[in-house]
Amino acid sequence: MSGNGSSGFLLEARNITKTFGDLRANDDVTLALKPGEIHALLGENGAGKSTLVKIIYGSLQPTEGQLLWKGKPVSIANPAAARALGIGMVFQHFSLFDSLTVLQNVALALPPKSNMAELSQRIESVSADYGLPLQPDALVADLSVGERQRIEIVRCLLQEPQLLTMDEPTAVLTPQEADRLFVTLRRLAEEGCAILYISHRLEEVRRLCDDATILRQGKMVARVDPKQETASSLANLMVGSEVGAVKAETRDRSGTAMLELRGLSLPTDDPFGVALKGIDLSIESGEIVAIAGVAGNGQAELFDAISGEALCPSADMVQLAAHACGGESITARRRRNAAFVPEERIGHGAISSFALSENVILTHHAVGSGLVRRGLINRTAAEDMNKRITETFDVRKGKPDPNAHSLSGGNLQKFVVGREIARDPDILVINQPTWGVDAGAARLIRQALIDMARRGAAVLVISQDLDEIFEVADRIAVISRGELSPAYPAAEMTPERIGLLMAGAHEHTATSMAPGA
Amino acid sequence: MILLLERRTSPSRAMTFLSPVLAIGVTVMIGGVIFSALGLYPLKALYLYFVEPLTSLWSIEEIIVKAAPLVLIGVGLSICYTANVWNIGAEGQLTVGALFGAAIPIYFTGWQSPLVLVLMLALGAVGGALFAAIPALLKTRFNANEILTSLMLVYVAQYLLDWLVRGPWRDPQGYNFPQSVPFEGWQLLPTLGDGRVHIGAMLAIVVALILFVMMGRSLRGFEIRVIGSAPRAGAFAGFAEKRVIWFCFILSGALAGMAGLCEVAGPSGQLQPTISPGYGFTAIIVAFLGRLNPVGVIFAGILLAISYLGGEAVQVEFNISDKSAQVFQGILLFLILACDTLIHYRIRFVSRKVKQA
Repeated sequence: MSGNGSSGFLLEARNITKTFGDLRANDDVTLALKPGEIHALLGENGAGKSTLVKIIYGSLQPTEGQLLWKGKPVSIANPAAARALGIGMVFQHFSLFDSLTVLQNVALALPPKSNMAELSQRIESVSADYGLPLQPDALVADLSVGERQRIEIVRCLLQEPQLLTMDEPTAVLTPQEADRLFVTLRRLAEEGCAILYISHRLEEVRRLCDDATILRQGKMVARVDPKQETASSLANLMVGSEVGAVKAETRDRSGTAMLELRGLSLPTDDPFGVALKGIDLSIESGEIVAIAGVAGNGQAELFDAISGEALCPSADMVQLAAHACGGESITARRRRNAAFVPEERIGHGAISSFALSENVILTHHAVGSGLVRRGLINRTAAEDMNKRITETFDVRKGKPDPNAHSLSGGNLQKFVVGREIARDPDILVINQPTWGVDAGAARLIRQALIDMARRGAAVLVISQDLDEIFEVADRIAVISRGELSPAYPAAEMTPERIGLLMAGAHEHTATSMAPGA
Repeated sequence: MILLLERRTSPSRAMTFLSPVLAIGVTVMIGGVIFSALGLYPLKALYLYFVEPLTSLWSIEEIIVKAAPLVLIGVGLSICYTANVWNIGAEGQLTVGALFGAAIPIYFTGWQSPLVLVLMLALGAVGGALFAAIPALLKTRFNANEILTSLMLVYVAQYLLDWLVRGPWRDPQGYNFPQSVPFEGWQLLPTLGDGRVHIGAMLAIVVALILFVMMGRSLRGFEIRVIGSAPRAGAFAGFAEKRVIWFCFILSGALAGMAGLCEVAGPSGQLQPTISPGYGFTAIIVAFLGRLNPVGVIFAGILLAISYLGGEAVQVEFNISDKSAQVFQGILLFLILACDTLIHYRIRFVSRKVKQA
């Protein structure tokens, strides 16, 4: 596995430009990889990372520019052509069939005439060889997310790639699972395989990668050695400006529980849903409690149960300001001065085709903000409210009252958070507050959460971002397969301990899971 | 040269208004092609179809008579479709509304009082609403697709009507014709002036204006738009999707029922085996051509009423089937939906593919 072009580069992408309509997703981007190097591709959401990778993998064709493989110009017409060259790809979203075995899933990606018995042996030997243990006969539905990712990686490795592209591979892994993945990746690199590693987790890029290309708004802004940089210098390159730290002050606890969950259990009728099991939690006014966890462990279900979008079988399972309201609608709970920010901005927290002022009405229509009188909407009041929210939260927009879809992710998130904080709620529940948001907006949102708590509100933050959790939380709990660990003071928590809890150390049903297994 | 559909960064405002105009223009062109394929003079046929109905007082009155039910049903449907509730069965709701209202003059033949008319209108609305409640119940309770249930119920209603006018409700003095007793006096809608235009036309305009205000200004209208655009966001706002489904079916059913009653107590003056020439289906086109906007529906209703008259005119002049009106309406609906693509996309010509290195 080694490149042999005259330049010594395995793959070069020269002056790549890709336009979608008016949008220049890639603008004169150049990327070069040597055999055996782990190369990070860094950038915020929308910076053009995925576009570039899709061009390399043949799913998109560049508008301008040239790809060179081992020094020779190539055109990669489709993913099959990319695989034939020796380019493998592990996607962020797995493409596996739950009802099939590991072996069957792998066989589906290979030419139809493969011998199953032989393939099964190859899977076992390759997976054992690279420290990715897999049982070929195991049903995918029974496997953890980390194990599913192993299938995707093994599937790539069977095709003996010379370049392996990984899109946010650790987004779904616990810290321990991520560490094991890094060992495998380093081993692959030592054997001469080049790895293109896409992430916006800066610390792990610094640990793992030899080289980094940074994109911002479709342009290549820097090529650096990540080991010579700090996380904050990398962040500054990605964002293009200084990212300040959030300042937390000592808090003033009043001691009255504002948000309480008592034995919250909620079965699910969605085959892909997670049932909540006996969740206990109490949050006092003035306090921020964060719930960490890997995506898909019941966060969305927990949010719905607290907001009232899903009703609880018993009223006292959810208590807001000492009222049992597990059976109340979201409107009734808002009237108890609770506010909610869901994970999905578009289609849940806001409607993309509606003006911002109309999106204000969405959560303000029943809570005495004066926007609705005798069933009629006061548009001027809604526009004034929107003006106040967007000014306070620095929401950048072209027109005074544009449609929500014309805002960038970060600005829309500032609006959605600002809309709830403008109500000055006593209780705020927020799911993934800065998901896919640029660093500047993330800082502003986190600061707003802290300021709210200091004014005496009880704040529950559900997040997958450990840095964020340590920045804002007074106490930290971890959710795993629908069960919630006790909330421990943030000072006592470390990423490692959270990782153990994420892997299910607190679950009543789980057998002991050793981190190295 | 290849054609590319390219997504616009934001929906085109101009196209929102131009799309129906474009659709009408292309419909006329295709109509011309069809007429010449039939060996007719296309310009003469198109003139008969779209212009002549506007040249005499009689036919203008007739346009209003036909536009009234189209608008009344169309505004109800425009609100359904805004909420993503697909009531396709207005024709059935129209029929049942007419049956409910007609029960009064049929069972109380001699009763004359202004109250009779009020009661008939109210029963028409109740009948249509009850019939529309069936798909609403099936949708909210069993998640049954309302397109299918509401459409299939149309045939149930039409056979019910057929059985009644041939059986128990047949006029004993009617020489065995399948029709009910003729309605008289207060059992008929008052006409405006001495023509055929009845107060149903005014009713349609008033209802359209009320619903325009409701959709634009009220929380209820906001709720309907929210549920239609993003049900998840609607639930987050505290709006119940099921309540909106019920509201839309009951409202559109009641309006269709009233339109049906206006037909039997207006132009027909009695129950016959056929109440409407497909107003309930044509109103679907009216709703879309009117941009799902109640005021837009008024204009769209007038346009499609013209197409009915034009169909009759070419039938008389060229001896071709009056089904040609339905052909035009079908082409028009297809083209409106096709032209709406241009609101979100633009067409670009590209000279071959980017180089295949």
